[in-house]
Amino acid sequence: MSFVREKYLAQTPPPVMTAGVLGWIRENLFSSPGGVLMTMLGLYVIWIFAPPLIQWSLIDAVWRGEGRGDCLVKGAGACWAFVNAKFGQFIYGRYTIDERWRVDLVFLIGVLTIAPLMIDGLTGKLPGRRFFIAFGLLAYPVISYVLLFGGNFGLTIVETPLWGGLLLTLVVAAGGMAASLPLGILLALGRRSHMPVIRTFSVIFIEVWRGVPLITVLFMASVMLPLFLPAGTNFDKLARVLIGVALFSSAYMAEVVRGGLQAIPRGQYEAASALGLGYWQATALIILPQALRLVIPGIVNTFIGLFKDTTLVLIVGLFDLLGVIQLNFTDANWATPQTAITGYVFAALIFWIFCFGMSRYSLAIENRLNEGTRRA
Amino acid sequence: MNDNLIAIEITGMHKWFGAFHVLKEINLTVNCGERIVICGPSGSGKSTLIRCINRLEEHQRGKIFVNGVELNNDLKRIDEVRAETGMVFQSFNLFPHLTILENCALAPVWVRKLPKAEARLLAMQYLERVHIADQAGKYPGQLSGGQQQRVAIARALCMNPKIMLFDEPTSSLDPEMIKEVLDVMIDLAREGMTMICVTHEMGFARTVADRIIFMDEGQIVEENTPEEFFNNPQHPRTREFLSQILSSQN
Repeated sequence: MSFVREKYLAQTPPPVMTAGVLGWIRENLFSSPGGVLMTMLGLYVIWIFAPPLIQWSLIDAVWRGEGRGDCLVKGAGACWAFVNAKFGQFIYGRYTIDERWRVDLVFLIGVLTIAPLMIDGLTGKLPGRRFFIAFGLLAYPVISYVLLFGGNFGLTIVETPLWGGLLLTLVVAAGGMAASLPLGILLALGRRSHMPVIRTFSVIFIEVWRGVPLITVLFMASVMLPLFLPAGTNFDKLARVLIGVALFSSAYMAEVVRGGLQAIPRGQYEAASALGLGYWQATALIILPQALRLVIPGIVNTFIGLFKDTTLVLIVGLFDLLGVIQLNFTDANWATPQTAITGYVFAALIFWIFCFGMSRYSLAIENRLNEGTRRA
Repeated sequence: MNDNLIAIEITGMHKWFGAFHVLKEINLTVNCGERIVICGPSGSGKSTLIRCINRLEEHQRGKIFVNGVELNNDLKRIDEVRAETGMVFQSFNLFPHLTILENCALAPVWVRKLPKAEARLLAMQYLERVHIADQAGKYPGQLSGGQQQRVAIARALCMNPKIMLFDEPTSSLDPEMIKEVLDVMIDLAREGMTMICVTHEMGFARTVADRIIFMDEGQIVEENTPEEFFNNPQHPRTREFLSQILSSQN
């Protein structure tokens, strides 16, 4: 009863039954009785909700008009004419109309800086990547400030209270993101430091900022802070809000990054030390690249939260996208039953596009970064 | 002149983990070019001892000199000592986010300040030596355990160290892979590298070691040439250990 193999079997291709559209449908939609039920339920939900939504937002919608009269037609749906008429305000707020090109220019430079970096994030093959990063982090904020605020190079000054709409949303969000990631990393490292002073400072900082609501922080920044500053110092409100948002979100970011740091095995630190790498070298070259990669979902989650939290600046009298939209509900020329709901849907759509974009993009980056570490 | 002959000198060294006394009165001198094998039952402190030599663990009493430099709280000197002391771990500890080549070229670039191209050339040279140059573009996760450990050895060699420390380098490998790693280590020994190996591979100890150190309960129990150690062990604990380990390995 002995057996000896005389020839090893060669590799053969897998059976082809699983391929094709029908194969996909069978496998994903009707694979089991439960699957069939869920598919049916899903179709039913779409059947109930999709037609009225399409009817309201597209078929019955009013696209063009000069005022409320156009949207008061019987059976009218979404009043997109309102969004259309107010679009400039939604984007720029009360920014001086003749100077709006400066905002456009800032947006354009921003896109030209970020787009190559985003493509690089997916392909990893951008020549001069360091230039783009350095430009985006160092030069771009300065250029933006000079262009937006003015006062130099023959540009008239546009005071920050006039900034609003999507412009303000993006300024607060981008400022918060750009500041919170590096600050958060430093705080996370500080919290794991062996030096008691640094550790205690980091813990207190993180716990204090995480323990108070953002609304409180904004109030403190705009109302309380000036009371503590010497009389006569005029410290721009937007700048105070920006600092408040940055410190607030860096506390959250610190805990996200700390989660990543804790997931790195001790052996990685030891191997780095054994090669003679110092603390900062080991941290920058070995630990952080791995730790940050692990917590991309958490980082993006914090970014998305921060992006939506920018709407809270309304309570200290700054008008972000949502604030400007709400402000325009009071315009008697556009007072219709559909105005508010159309405005809110528009705001939701814009926020959703940005947040969903961030979410998808981070997923793509994760997939690319995982390629190497996954077993082939 | 003395500094050139003595690689490591440990005198009256003690170490505690909290209240637990792990290393007791360790005295050990290793000359340049000497190959030392440390063995002993698990928990006997042999890994801790070897980790004290590049200060991955701190000792509390006694003195350790490595290449003439005393290990104390001077972090800068410790980084210098570490740069001259290669270490190979039981769990490889390659950097998973870097390719094999990048793993090897990293420290030469950042610690030795070599130009990138030169470091890559150097890395390829050592990868060649451990017979794994064809995998240079892959990531550690794509290699087998034996291959990873050989890369780890190459990574340590790229720093051109004066001393190599091996902390149970074959303990987490399949039997078929142990040989490929041991072969690399034997080659290294033949070239005259100062080596300290914590290992249970008695065959390796017999062929390569100049001296074998047997540890138990945090102290050095016996220290002898391989011949004497295997054929004529003195301490009863050594005899017991040898009878057990040799019966399982043969």
